[in-house]
Amino acid sequence: MKIHKYDTVIVGAGGAGMRAAIEATKRSRTAVLTKLYPTRSHTGAAQGGMAAALANVEEDNWEWHTFDTVKGGDYLVDQDAAEILAKEAIDAVLDLEKMGLPFNRTPDGTIDQRRFGGHSRNHGEAPVRRSCYAADRTGHMILQTLYQNCVKEGVEFFNEFYVLDQLITEVDGVKKSAGVVAYELATGEIHVFQAKAVIYASGGTGKFFKVTSNAHTLTGDGQAACYRRGLPLEDMEFFQFHPTGIWRMGILLTEGARGEGGILRNKDGERFMEKYAPVMKDLASRDVVSRSIYTEIREGRGCGPEGDHVYLDLTHLPPEQLDAKLPDITEFARTYLGIEPYTDPIPIQPTAHYAMGGIPTNVEGEVLSDNTTVVPGLYAAGEVACVSVHGANRLGTNSLLDINVFGKRAGIAAAEYSAKADYVELPEDPASFVREQVERLRNSTGSERVSVLRKELQETMDANVMVFRTEQTIKTAVEKIAELRERYRNVSIQDKGKRFNTDLLEAIELGNLLDLAEVMAVSALARKESRGGHYREDYPNRDDVNFMRHTMAYREVGADGSETVRLDYKPVVQTRYQPMERKY
Amino acid sequence: MATPVLDKVEADSAASPYITVTFRIRRFNPEISDEAQWQDFQIEIDPKERVLDGLHKIKWDVDGSLTFRRSCAHGICGSDAMRINGKNRLACKTLIKDINPEKPITVEAIKGLTVLKDLVVDMEPFFQAYRDVMPFLITKGNEPTRERLQSAEDRERFDDTTKCILCAACTSSCPVFWNDGQYFGPAAIVNAHRFIFDSRDEAGEQRLEILNDKDGVWRCRTTFNCTDACPRGIEVTKAIQEVKRALITRRY
Repeated sequence: MKIHKYDTVIVGAGGAGMRAAIEATKRSRTAVLTKLYPTRSHTGAAQGGMAAALANVEEDNWEWHTFDTVKGGDYLVDQDAAEILAKEAIDAVLDLEKMGLPFNRTPDGTIDQRRFGGHSRNHGEAPVRRSCYAADRTGHMILQTLYQNCVKEGVEFFNEFYVLDQLITEVDGVKKSAGVVAYELATGEIHVFQAKAVIYASGGTGKFFKVTSNAHTLTGDGQAACYRRGLPLEDMEFFQFHPTGIWRMGILLTEGARGEGGILRNKDGERFMEKYAPVMKDLASRDVVSRSIYTEIREGRGCGPEGDHVYLDLTHLPPEQLDAKLPDITEFARTYLGIEPYTDPIPIQPTAHYAMGGIPTNVEGEVLSDNTTVVPGLYAAGEVACVSVHGANRLGTNSLLDINVFGKRAGIAAAEYSAKADYVELPEDPASFVREQVERLRNSTGSERVSVLRKELQETMDANVMVFRTEQTIKTAVEKIAELRERYRNVSIQDKGKRFNTDLLEAIELGNLLDLAEVMAVSALARKESRGGHYREDYPNRDDVNFMRHTMAYREVGADGSETVRLDYKPVVQTRYQPMERKY
Repeated sequence: MATPVLDKVEADSAASPYITVTFRIRRFNPEISDEAQWQDFQIEIDPKERVLDGLHKIKWDVDGSLTFRRSCAHGICGSDAMRINGKNRLACKTLIKDINPEKPITVEAIKGLTVLKDLVVDMEPFFQAYRDVMPFLITKGNEPTRERLQSAEDRERFDDTTKCILCAACTSSCPVFWNDGQYFGPAAIVNAHRFIFDSRDEAGEQRLEILNDKDGVWRCRTTFNCTDACPRGIEVTKAIQEVKRALITRRY
């Protein structure tokens, strides 16, 4: 075991982690621990753009953007945070441009902007061009630009280091972050990083679904590490299903395709979104469009022999426009489906895309241990966190924005904290949890296989807690997850070695997914209403009287060692906007 | 507007014909043996699936010790460059049906970088060459309050080289790099090109001098392996030629 000491440790090197690292490295001795090489992070898969009311191509302002964000989140958004997001969006985009990001340009040479779902002029009048973009590879450009600037700033990376435990020490009755424990993939060695400040920026948890746009590596490691140590997870029942994933594969096809004029059609060729969202049509918010697609499919208007998908039709758009604005997604259609999008529509279905919930933080990125108490020295930003700017449903282009605005804020706040704070003493034998976990898996002779349990988990999640949920389906998922958690104790791996043991890491990642799936399902069961991405067929309406509140889920360990999820609730911060019925 | 033809897509996808495919994989694990060896695995797979799906089937159902990097699984993250049937490709962008599944599919680590285990290589020299070309925007003077202006034509000038995902398929396909690891390699030059030809950047001369080095662009023998290997369709050799030309004319 090695012990390292840094002022600031950042867990994860996607957009949020590297944006934080650029700030933290300027102000404090910083280490970035990342299970992937930084440029492998899933920020790079984001396509359509980053929202900011630059007003480069038409009238726009941050207040409209704030409203759209709050409305898009079905009023579960904390409005103070949304206002910061929309206001600071403008500088966040300009910061990236100055760092070198090659945005598409207007004829005047300014940053070009395009339409995106849920973003509107003057509180819902009509779609507005607010998404700043670089073809359909905006996330790739952001990831590359941030990595380039990390190289420039000399950020210190520990690549292929998996953070598996969060260290918390109680000092005078206050729980403080003492550091993290990481597992080095190349050698199997365990490293303890003592740090004054820790920032989680480790991304989402989409791999508990089967059809997902998420990378294999998005297994909620940061959320699980904090949750296991008694910290709450907020709003985990809210998961976004992106309307346009490639049929059966789930690979993302950007909403920018509809922003450029693409149309969703059912088997009769009908533009069905006109029925569900007369104003915004195909550019309604993602939860609305995903439900509409499944409604078409359920009512027998889906495409294909099994009627299990619909079409994204780009055939009316000029090939030059597709080549210039949507080169990557058209190539995906050619590569994976053998379809030519110039002439043929693309079969799509909703795909599990984004966790609105996560580790609760305030607007400085400080992690909360209950509704109000800050954990000194602990921060989170990006998809792993819940500020909450996305509420019950995130708007497209607001996640690339979130990672930049709140990644920067967390990086500054953490470094300023570590400049004045002292190290917190490490717990006795700080690596014990990780060491035991690794040894147990390596030595297990159990009969269960990781891949089998993971597949069963993904199948039950897809079947029971996806776009449509009922008490019955969620209970089925809860029971199945409990069964899988039990069987997980009996899991074994084949690779017993130390060197690049990805077999071992996949087993640990599955454990994280199982913990988080349970939190999600239990949170969803208790929310007896429909709001944003959480749709209950047995409670089809939003219920502001009983459920205008954030869910806070805690891990409880009973005297007999049994684990349960305890739910509590937190008020929503409302400033300017009173909840209204959401129409697009 | 033409109504799209709705039945065309499914015509050939209704059946799901699994076929038996042999994966012939170059295994290496120094914890077990100093020698690398080929190992065959037979799996059932839909030919429309990816080579990565095949590797997963082996790892998940047959041999958990098979080791490779992967993340996004759709050609964006650059983790899974490997030599498939002797050619550098991303396993997640290569469909079984496109590489003649009737014969064994050979899979081995990319060349020119030290193999650490199975298909995993040491990427550090590759990233070091990248860092050496100063892959970040360098400007002089005060920053503007708004964005820097750039015409669509100037933006287009370096569009191709912004697509790079640092997968190393190009560099590890280059015979010059195989023989001499000191050579910067195509990927580093591509990333230098991305800034040299960016109208906002003011350090083109410095980067050109770095690439004028004995291990720089002049080592390129224009074999086009890099262009063939690039999973993003970047015209790598052309970019290298443009850098060479810029070195001669000092115009870029």
